[in-house]
Amino acid sequence: MLITEPTYQVTKEEKRFIGLHLFFAILALSIGSLFGPLQAFQYSGLDLYPYIEPIFKSYYQGLTLHGVLNALVWTTFFITGFLTLTIIKGLKRPLVYPTLNKVGFWTMVVGLVTTAIPLLLDEATVLYTFYPPLQASSLFYVGLTLVVVGSWIEGYGFFFTYRAWRKENPGVRTPFVSFAALITMALWQGATLGVAVEILTMLLPWSLGWIDGVDPELARTYFWFTGHPLVYFWLLPAYLSWYGMLPKQAGGKLFSDSLARLAFWLFLLLSIPVGFHHQFTDPGIPQGWKYIHAALTYGVAFPSLLTLFTVVASLELAGRKRGGKGLFGWVRALPWGDPSVSAQLLAGILFIFGGIGGITNASYNVNLVVHNTAWIVGHFHLTVATAVTLSFMGISYWLVPYLTGNRLWKPKWAVAQGWIWFVGMIIFSNAMHVLGLLGAPRRTPLGSAPYVPEEWSGHLFRVSFGGAILLVGVILYVVIMVRTAWSKDKLGPDEQVEVPIAEALHDPQRTPAFLDRWRPWLIATVALILIGYGPQLLDMLLNIQLTSPGF
Amino acid sequence: MTDETSSAGSPGPAETHEEGWIDPTERNWFRFSIVLLVAFAVAVGVAGFALGFQVPGDEARVDPRTVADEAPWSDRIDNPVREVAPGEYVVYMIARQFRYEPNTITVPEGSTITFYVTSIDVQHGLKIQDTNINLQIVPGQVSKLTTTLDKAGTYPFICHEFCGLGHAGMFGTLTVEAGEG
Ligand code: HEM
Ligand SMILES: [Cu+2]
Ligand SMILES: [Cu+2]
Repeated sequence: MLITEPTYQVTKEEKRFIGLHLFFAILALSIGSLFGPLQAFQYSGLDLYPYIEPIFKSYYQGLTLHGVLNALVWTTFFITGFLTLTIIKGLKRPLVYPTLNKVGFWTMVVGLVTTAIPLLLDEATVLYTFYPPLQASSLFYVGLTLVVVGSWIEGYGFFFTYRAWRKENPGVRTPFVSFAALITMALWQGATLGVAVEILTMLLPWSLGWIDGVDPELARTYFWFTGHPLVYFWLLPAYLSWYGMLPKQAGGKLFSDSLARLAFWLFLLLSIPVGFHHQFTDPGIPQGWKYIHAALTYGVAFPSLLTLFTVVASLELAGRKRGGKGLFGWVRALPWGDPSVSAQLLAGILFIFGGIGGITNASYNVNLVVHNTAWIVGHFHLTVATAVTLSFMGISYWLVPYLTGNRLWKPKWAVAQGWIWFVGMIIFSNAMHVLGLLGAPRRTPLGSAPYVPEEWSGHLFRVSFGGAILLVGVILYVVIMVRTAWSKDKLGPDEQVEVPIAEALHDPQRTPAFLDRWRPWLIATVALILIGYGPQLLDMLLNIQLTSPGF
Repeated sequence: MTDETSSAGSPGPAETHEEGWIDPTERNWFRFSIVLLVAFAVAVGVAGFALGFQVPGDEARVDPRTVADEAPWSDRIDNPVREVAPGEYVVYMIARQFRYEPNTITVPEGSTITFYVTSIDVQHGLKIQDTNINLQIVPGQVSKLTTTLDKAGTYPFICHEFCGLGHAGMFGTLTVEAGEG
C-alpha cells in the first residue's frame, strides 16, 4: 500500500442491527430445514408425520414451511443483513438514514410473523409458490407483502446511502462489494413487482372475498416474473463473496474487476425477461414467446460462465501465491482448513453441476423430460440449498465472530460441517436427479404414492440417506452459530476478525466508466423487460378471465 | 488509491492486462461461452420449430365452472378416445381433485394421440411415463400436446402438481395394446 486508505469502523449498533437479520435468518433455517429430512425419510417409507400430527397436519404443510422458511425467509433475511454490511464497509460510511433501514427491517419481521400464523395453523398450505386457485388465509398474503415491502425499504436505504457517497466521491469507482450489493438490491426491486401485482390485484382481494375469482395462468405469469430473478437475488450475494471476499480469504486478489462488474450488470439486464422458462409446459403462452425466453436464458447463463472463469482465476492466483504448483497443485494449496473458505469452495464445486442442470432445464423442449419431477428438486438443492446456503454458512463463519467479537466455536467442526453438507448433498441430489429421469413427480410423498414401481426404491433410499447426513449438517451449523453467538470466549484485541475485502489485481479506477454508470443499464433493463414481457402480458390482461374461485 | 505495482508472485496474465480491460485468456473464454450458448439456442430452436419436438402453446380458453358439461369434454366418460383418422386419436380430459376423467385410456400400438386437458378446480400436472407428455394443467386454459406410442405396454400417468391432500394418489393408466400381427 502506498497510501493507507482510511477504513470505516462499523459501530456496535450497526453490528447489532446486522446481527438481528442473521438471528431471524438462522432461526428460519433451523425450523424450515427440519422438514427436509422428514420429507426425505418419508420417501423410503420412514413416515414420521404421525408423530408430529398434533402440531403439523400433513406432509404438505411441512413442505410449505420448508419452502417458505428456507427459500424465502432464510435467504431474504441473511441477504439484507449481509448487504447492509457490504454497503457500509465498502462505501466506508454509515447508512444515511439508519432509521429508514430499521423501519424496513421491522416491517419484514412483522410480515414474517403475520405469514407464520396461518402457516402454523394449516391455513396456508399452498406451498411456497402459492399457485391459485389454491387459496390461503389472507394473512398469508398480507404477511408476504410486508416482507417484500420491508425489503424494498431497506433497499431504498442502500440507494440513498449510495447517492450520498457519490456526492462525496465524484468520479471514483464504486467499491466492488458495495456495487454488487446495489445491483442485487436493484434487481430485487424490479423482480418483486411481479408478485406484488399478483398479490395486490388478485390474490389478496380474492382471499378477502372482494372478488369471486382469479385468472390462474396470469397469476403464474406474474409469479415467474419474480420467480426467476429471485434465484439471482439469492445467488448474487454468494457471487459477491466469491468475487469480492473469497480471493482475500484465500490470500489472493480479484483477477478482473471489469469482468466482475460486467457480470453483475448482465445479471440485472437479463434475469427478469426469462420467466417463461418455468412455464414451458404451461398452456396459454405461445411457443414463440417461450422460445424467446429460452434464448434469453442462455444469455443469462453467460455472466455465470464469466463468473466461473474469474473466480477460478482469482483462486488460482491465490493458490500459486501460496506455493501451489502444477495444473491442480494450486487447488490443494488453498486454505482448506479455514471453514469459511472450504464451505464456499465446496459450494462453488457443486454449483458447477447445478449450472449444468440449469442449462438443461432451460432448454425449451428438453424441459418436458424434467418439468415438475424430482430432478428439479435435485437441481435447486445444488443451487439455492448448496451454492447459496453453504456459501452463506461459510460467510457466517467469519461474519458472526466479526459481529459479536467472539471466537468461532470449534473451527474444525465448522470445516467438517461444510464437508458433511457437501457429501450429504451429493448423495441426496444425485438420487433426486435420477428419480426425476425415471419420472418421479415432485411435491409428492413418494413413500405412500400408489404408482411407485419397485425399481425406484434404491434411489428413494439414497434420498433418505442423504437427508440424514444433511440433518447432521444443519444441526451442526446451528449449534456452531448458537455457541459462537452466545459465547464468553472473546477474541483478543489483536485477533479481531476483519471484513475480508479483496483488492483487485488492477486498480478499479482503470475499469471502463460505462461499467460504473447506472442510467444506461437501467434503461436497457426496463426496455428488455418491456420487450420480453410486454406483448404477452398485455394480451393476457386484455383477455383476463377471473373465473377461478378459491379451493 | 490502490497499489499499482502488482505483487512479485503474480503470474503472466497480469502483465498483458495493460492492453485493455479484458485479459486475452479471458477474451477466449468470453468467445467460447458465446459460441456454446448460441449453439444451444439454435439446436433447441431447430428441434422445436423445424423438427416438431414442441412444447405446449396457447391453445384455447374455457370457463372452469362449466367446461365439464360442455362439448367436447361432456362426452369424456362415454367416449374417452376418439379416432379422428386411421391411427390418430384425440382425448378430451378433465383433471380434478383427485382423479383424471377418463382415468384409463386404451389405444392400439403405433397410435398418435393428442391430449386436450383442462382442470375444473385447482392446478394439476399430467406426466405420462416414458413419453414426451408433460403438462401443467391450469383451470381456464386448455393444455394440448401430441405423442406417438410405438411400444405396447402400460404407461401410468401421474399428477405432479400439488392439488390438495389427495394429490399423491392421483394417477391413471394408459394402455397400449399390441397389434394383431
Ligand atoms: C436439511 C437439508 C434438506 C433436505 C434433506 C431437504 C429435502 C427436501 C425434499 C425431499 C424436498 C422435496 C419434497 C417434495 O417435492 O415432495 C425438498 C423441497 C424443497 N427444498 Fe429442501 N431440503 C433441505 C434443505 C433445503 C434448503 C437449505 C433449502 C433452501 C435454502 C431448501 C429448499 C427447498 C425448496 C424450495 C423445496 C421445494 C418446495 C416445494 O416444492 O414447494 N431445502 N427439500
Ligand atoms: Cu429460472
Ligand atoms: Cu396433484
